[in-house]
Amino acid sequence: MNKTLLIIKREYSSRVKKKSFLLMTFLVPMLIIGMYALVIALSISGGDNVPTVEVIDDSGIFTKGLEDKKAVKFHMSTETLDQAKQKIITDDGAFLLHIPKNITTGGNLELFSQKKAGLSVISTIENQLNDQVRNKMLEDAGIDAATLDNIKPDFSVISKELTIEGEKDTSSGAAMAVGFAAAILIYMSLFIYGIQVMRGIIEEKTSRIVEVVISSVRPFQLMMGKIIGIGLVGLTQFLLWIILSGTLMTVATNFLFKDKMNMVKSEMPGAPQQMAAQSGPGTDIVKAIQTVEWNYILPVFIIFFFGGYMLYSALFAAVGSAVDSDTETQQFMLPITLPLLFTYIMSFSFIVNNPDSSLSFWLSIIPFTSPIAMMVRLPFGVPMWELGLSIILLIMGFIFTTWVASRIYRVGILMYGKKVSFKELGKWFMYNG
Amino acid sequence: MLSIRNIVKQYANHRALDNVSIEVEKGSVFGLLGPNGAGKTSLIRIINQITGPDSGEVFISGERLNPSHISKIGYLPEERGLYKKMEIGEQMLYLAQLKGLNKKDATKRIKYWFEKMQIESWWSKKVEDLSKGMQQKVQFIATVVHDPELIILDEPFSGFDPVNAQVITNEILELNNKGATIIFSTHRMESVEQLCDSIALIHKSKKILDGKVRDIKNLYRSHTYRIGFSGQLNGSENEMFTIIEQKYDEGLTHLTVKVNDKYSANDLLNLFIPQVQVNEFMEVIPSMNDIFIQNVKN
Repeated sequence: MNKTLLIIKREYSSRVKKKSFLLMTFLVPMLIIGMYALVIALSISGGDNVPTVEVIDDSGIFTKGLEDKKAVKFHMSTETLDQAKQKIITDDGAFLLHIPKNITTGGNLELFSQKKAGLSVISTIENQLNDQVRNKMLEDAGIDAATLDNIKPDFSVISKELTIEGEKDTSSGAAMAVGFAAAILIYMSLFIYGIQVMRGIIEEKTSRIVEVVISSVRPFQLMMGKIIGIGLVGLTQFLLWIILSGTLMTVATNFLFKDKMNMVKSEMPGAPQQMAAQSGPGTDIVKAIQTVEWNYILPVFIIFFFGGYMLYSALFAAVGSAVDSDTETQQFMLPITLPLLFTYIMSFSFIVNNPDSSLSFWLSIIPFTSPIAMMVRLPFGVPMWELGLSIILLIMGFIFTTWVASRIYRVGILMYGKKVSFKELGKWFMYNG
Repeated sequence: MLSIRNIVKQYANHRALDNVSIEVEKGSVFGLLGPNGAGKTSLIRIINQITGPDSGEVFISGERLNPSHISKIGYLPEERGLYKKMEIGEQMLYLAQLKGLNKKDATKRIKYWFEKMQIESWWSKKVEDLSKGMQQKVQFIATVVHDPELIILDEPFSGFDPVNAQVITNEILELNNKGATIIFSTHRMESVEQLCDSIALIHKSKKILDGKVRDIKNLYRSHTYRIGFSGQLNGSENEMFTIIEQKYDEGLTHLTVKVNDKYSANDLLNLFIPQVQVNEFMEVIPSMNDIFIQNVKN
C-alpha cells in the first residue's frame, strides 16, 4: 500500500509541477470571470448602441409614431421610399422599415439595410407592429381595444419548490446553467484526464520503464497509483478553479458595481446599499448565482466527477496497456467514447425537456451515463434515494471496470509490437497467472 | 541461493517454459543462455514475480518466492527505459523507494553510486538530455542501488560501447566479490566464458544443458588435439587418429586430429615424438559458442 502511495505521489507531483497545469489553473478562471464580466458589462451598458430604424408608413396607421424599445429606436421618416433607400446604400448602420398600405389585409413589412438585421431587431419590430396592427384591425371591426385589454388575464408562473422546510423561491435558470456547466465540465474532464491516464501508460510501456517498476510493485498497484494520482490532479485543478473563480468574481462584482452604487447613493442618500446593488440589470445575474445551492451542487459534482473518472479512466488504462502508440488507440476508443457522447447528446436534447421521465431516470442511474446525466437532472430536483442509488451504482461500476481493466493491463503492458484485436483483449482478460 | 523447480509457463498458443529446473549457487555468476525466444525472459519475469508460473516453484535461500524478495532482487531488463521528463536523481529516488528503501538511505546510496560512476553532476538532468550510453549507466545504478543479494541482468551489454561495457563488467565482478549472486541472460558467448561460473542453456522452452562451465567444457571435449611439428610423419593414415585439418606454414605442419577412443594424448605424443620434432601440442577445447551452437542445432 505504501508503494501505491509512492506511485500516486509521483504521478501527482510530476503533473502538478508542469507549466501547462499552472497555465490551465489560472487561465480558466480568468476566462470564466472575463465572460462573467462581459455579460454584466453588456447588460449595464446595453442601451448605448441601439440601431435606429427609419419608418415609412404608407398605411397611415402609425400616425402617432412607434414606441422606442430596448433593442430598436424608431424614427418616422417624411422622405419617399426611393429617397430613403438611397440613404441606406450610403449609411451601413441604418435600417429602413417600409409599411405597405395593405398591412391590415396581409401585406408584408419590408426591412432594408446593408447588413442583415439581427434577430432581436426583427422580433421587436414584429411584436410592436403586430400589437398596433391588431388594435387597428379591432377598431375597424368595432371592438374597443381598451375593453379587450381589460379582460386579458395577466399572470406568470412563479416557480416555488415545496419541501418540508417550507416554500422557497428557485431560480431555475441559474441552477440549470450551473447543472449544464457541471455536465459539460465532467464530460470534457473525463476525456482530458482519461486520456492522460492512457498516455501515461503508453509512455511507460514504450519507454519500457514499466518492466523495472513492476518488478517492484504489482501491476495493479501501478495502474491504480496512476489513476488515483491523475484523478487527484483533476480534483486539485477543480478546487483551484473554484477558489480562484470565487475570489475573482467577488472582486469583479465589487469593481463593476462600485461606480453604479456610488451613483445611486448620491441620488438617494437614504437608500440602503443592498437596494442599490440590486437595482442594476447585471445584479440579477449575481443574485441568481447566489441562489444556487453550492453546498449541495459542489459535493455532488465532485462525487460524480471522481466516480465517473475512476470508471472511465480504468477503461482508458486498459486501452493504453494494449497498444504501443497513440495512433493505435483509435479502434479501442470507440466503445469508450460512444456512451459518453450518447449521454451528452441525450442530456441536452432529451433530459433537459423531460428531467423526470423514466429514460432520464435510467440514464442518471446507470454508471456509464450517470456522471453527466445526473448533473443535468440535478437542478430539476432529484430525490435523495435516486442520488444515493446512482452513487452506489457508480462506485460498483468503477470497481467493475477497474477489475476488468487490471486483468487486461497486467498482460498488455508486457506485450510489445503486437497488433491487438478485441478478441485478443478477451483472451488476456480470461488468462490466469 | 536460487532454486527453480519444474517451472511450466503456458501462453495461449505456445509453451514458453517446459518443466525447467535450475539451481544457482550463492555467490556465483550464472549464465542463462539460449537463442532469442527460448524462454529466458519468461523465466526471469517469473523470478521477478512479474508473472507467475502455471506450475512449479521458485525458492530463494530456501524460502518460497514471495513479495518480501522483491527488495532482495535487482533486475535490469533487456528492454530498458526511464521516465524521459523526470530528473535523474528524483527518478533514482523513486525507483529505489519502490524497492523498499526509505528516502534517507536511498539518497545516500544513490549519491555513493553517482560518485562511483563519476556522474554526480547528472542529478538534476533529465533523461532525455542524456546519451544512450549514459542512460544505461543510470539504469545499471537503478538495478543495484538497493544492494540486492540477487542481481539479474538481461543482455546487460547490448548497446554498451566497449569502454562502458568494461566499466559495467568491473562493477558486476566487484558486486559479486562482495557476495552478490549474479544471473546473466545472454546469447553472447564471449562474456559467458569471461564471467560465468555456471550456465544453463534453454532452447525451445526446455533446459537442455546446465552445470559448471568447466564441467560442461570437459563434457564436450572431443579428444581433439592440435600438433605443430617439423619433419616427415610416416603414413598419415593411422588407426590412432583421424585428421580433421592440415596446414603447412614455413616448414611447420599443423595437424588437428581427433584421437580415437581407445587412445590417450600420451599415446599420440608417443607416436609423434620418435618421428618428428614437436613444436606445439594442445588439446582443442570447444568454446561455449561451439557448445551452444552444437546443442541448439541438435
